Amino acid sequence: MDAQRVNLDGFAVPDPALGLVAMDAPADPVPSLVIVDGRVIEMDGVAEPDFDSIDAFIARHGLDLDVAAETMALTDVNFARLLVDPFTPRAEVVRLTAGATPAKLARVLALLRPAELTMAMTKLRARRTPSNQAHVTNRLDDPLLLAADAATAVAFGFREIETTVPVLADAPSNAVACLIGATVAAPGVLIQCSVEEAAELELGMRGLTSYAETVSLYGTEQVFTDGDDTPWSKAFLASAYASRGMKMRVSSGAGAEVLMAGAEAKSMLYLESRCVALARAIGAQGVQNGGIDGASVAASVPSGLRELMAENVMVMARNLESCSGNDALMSESDMRRTSRTLPIVLAGSDFVFSGFGSIQRYDNMFGPSNFNAEDIDDFLAMQRDWGVDGGLRTVPPGRLLDLRREAAQVCADVYRYLGLADFSHVEEAADAAGSKDLGETDTLAVLGAAQAIRHRGLTVLDIVAALDECGYPEYAERALAFVRARLAGDYLQTSAIFDEQLSVLSLVTDPNDYAGPGTGYAPPPARQAEIDAIRQVRGVEDLRRSQSGLAIPGLFRPVGAASAGTSPRDVVIGVSPALGADVWQCLSGASVADVLREMLAGLEEEGCVGRVVRFPATVDLGQIGLAAARLSGSGIAIGLQGKGTALIHRRDLAPLANLELYSVAPSVTLDLYRLLGANAARHAKGATPDPARNPYSDEAIEARYHTTVIALMELERARVVPGAAPVELSLEGLL
Amino acid sequence: MNDGTRALSGRPVDDLTLDAVRVGEVGLADLRIHPETLERQAVIAQQHGNPQLAANLRRAAELTWLTDEEVLAIYEALRPGRSTAAELGALAGSLAARGLPLNAALLAEAAEVYARRGLIR
Repeated sequence: MDAQRVNLDGFAVPDPALGLVAMDAPADPVPSLVIVDGRVIEMDGVAEPDFDSIDAFIARHGLDLDVAAETMALTDVNFARLLVDPFTPRAEVVRLTAGATPAKLARVLALLRPAELTMAMTKLRARRTPSNQAHVTNRLDDPLLLAADAATAVAFGFREIETTVPVLADAPSNAVACLIGATVAAPGVLIQCSVEEAAELELGMRGLTSYAETVSLYGTEQVFTDGDDTPWSKAFLASAYASRGMKMRVSSGAGAEVLMAGAEAKSMLYLESRCVALARAIGAQGVQNGGIDGASVAASVPSGLRELMAENVMVMARNLESCSGNDALMSESDMRRTSRTLPIVLAGSDFVFSGFGSIQRYDNMFGPSNFNAEDIDDFLAMQRDWGVDGGLRTVPPGRLLDLRREAAQVCADVYRYLGLADFSHVEEAADAAGSKDLGETDTLAVLGAAQAIRHRGLTVLDIVAALDECGYPEYAERALAFVRARLAGDYLQTSAIFDEQLSVLSLVTDPNDYAGPGTGYAPPPARQAEIDAIRQVRGVEDLRRSQSGLAIPGLFRPVGAASAGTSPRDVVIGVSPALGADVWQCLSGASVADVLREMLAGLEEEGCVGRVVRFPATVDLGQIGLAAARLSGSGIAIGLQGKGTALIHRRDLAPLANLELYSVAPSVTLDLYRLLGANAARHAKGATPDPARNPYSDEAIEARYHTTVIALMELERARVVPGAAPVELSLEGLL
Repeated sequence: MNDGTRALSGRPVDDLTLDAVRVGEVGLADLRIHPETLERQAVIAQQHGNPQLAANLRRAAELTWLTDEEVLAIYEALRPGRSTAAELGALAGSLAARGLPLNAALLAEAAEVYARRGLIR
């Protein structure tokens, strides 16, 4: 048990003094709100003269004082029930929450159990249609790989791409490369380059990026100041982004204050409640929270994952966009990290991940995400299993390579045209799983390109013109259409994304209308089909095709009606209707011909003579085996289905009885089939052989093979001719 | 789709075509959002239960009149320990005089709280 990876994780002794407590710390304030003449003079136990800068900003800007008295008079439990009750409209929860102080909302959220948090998230998220965000970065800031990976992410369905840099000065190049890659793949993807606030704003002002997210808020004044900002500087920054037509959300989340030794003995949920109240107060449209960099801190304490999800629900109740964490690998255990993410996938969020690592773990310059490139197939299967929309879709492998090559080529052409750099590793970038596959690259050329973009003041217009000049007018038009769409400002509203037709989906245009079963978002039929059609699905016709590719025509030639044998050494091998007709390969991978050869050889070793007889009337192996035994001169027979299940039968037994049975067809080896033949001969001679044992495995045999079994049995069933007599088959081809 | 929307330059958004880019007729001011657009969005935000987002968009509408450098300079001045209360007050005054009352009020409020909380230079 010690070897399980979960034991690599750190689990903390709860310690309120350090802030190592998820919810309801002893030092969390008792909720209170005193309003005199339209001014807050006390909030959560603190009198106005003692307000720190966070209290002061929330008290002046963050609360709806007209509703506050009504809200604060609600008991915590009654308030909590409103969040969950499907018959209380979202708008009513939003109205009341606007009057809740941070301490009040923290206490209310702490009452919700996991299933209730899931219900509350289903109802309270702002946008009806869920979406997803990807991290696209690499260790080298390689532009061609960034472009290819951005295109990949967009093909998989991500509608926001967040990049960042290991080398700060590379930032403009990363923004341009991701912009190009995303534009090649589809219209309307929002791009962010996460760097220092002022640098990020500059990229946005030039139209190279289209949203900002790394505008950090903290729950204590000390940590806020250490982060080199104040609520007023952040409020101004929010307006600065909007003034350049740029979407922005703030970033907060449990654990940041604990890690900076500044939690002031408060619980994680209370400190986050201050952040979320402040986010609303400064006029941000949304919040990235749910742990983020501190996710593993929250996960180290009891009920930590509940706390993380409560942070997201709190954002939604405050009528803001939720970009719901899941962007930091919070455990070495696959089960724990799945457990952390699953409820949010089930409920649906504005962004189910605030950064799914769409690239290799080692290339994620934010640090590995909770789900990464290697997990995309798992995530797609999860979506399909639960019938929910996590924002992603399957991409045919062939299309992916073409798209990656196109994105890398366009990026190389634009860099060359603009005189930024001369890159020639298009094929390498297209083929690469990650930057380690690129070999030696010219990182100085990247830096030079980035500096040129900055110093020459290149804008999205230069990129548009370059795309056009390089022979990509379609992409130029796409990038320009996005510029026009952004100028309408609709995407500045809460929870806004663009769909691939450049329509804005937001709180305004696509409001969540969940009100119980039968309401709210369900994937439209086309989207459901996309979710369901993962690349691994196989049907009967797929199996028929793959089996017919293995066919050996004429191998099992019928030689006439099978007659009863008279020799005591005669042993019939009865085979199923489609064996050697439509079914040529058993589940184990062995060919049916080889299986029969081994059985015949086993019989021969023990001095018996085998015959092969097809029984077209039934697919049932017990019936086949019994009928074969009744034809055998020895009264002993072997039954064999195309999938490889085999048994030894005797003419006087009941159909469902048998002497030996190989029921785990995928694991049966040719040696074992030979042993079955030998044992059948021993039975024929009246001996009592040691029965062959089924091989057992700790693998998920049923998960692997049941769908194939169903399809194989359908091939067998399709060959059934009711009442048809058994047919002897020629052994010529087998000898 | 962009019915009547104009860029900061005053140019109708629908005029921002690839042909216009090809002949070099599109400039940065054609890519910038117009304050009227932000005001329109502020009204929508207010109608959708978020007066704070509306207030933010209205401050943003004022900031469209400032250069990028001016905006970055004000942000820098608002960071902790960068300005004296008097400097923040003066900056607020200059913004008020230039017709940016909402941002002026934000800075004036910052000056007062910063002084009390030790966030001034």
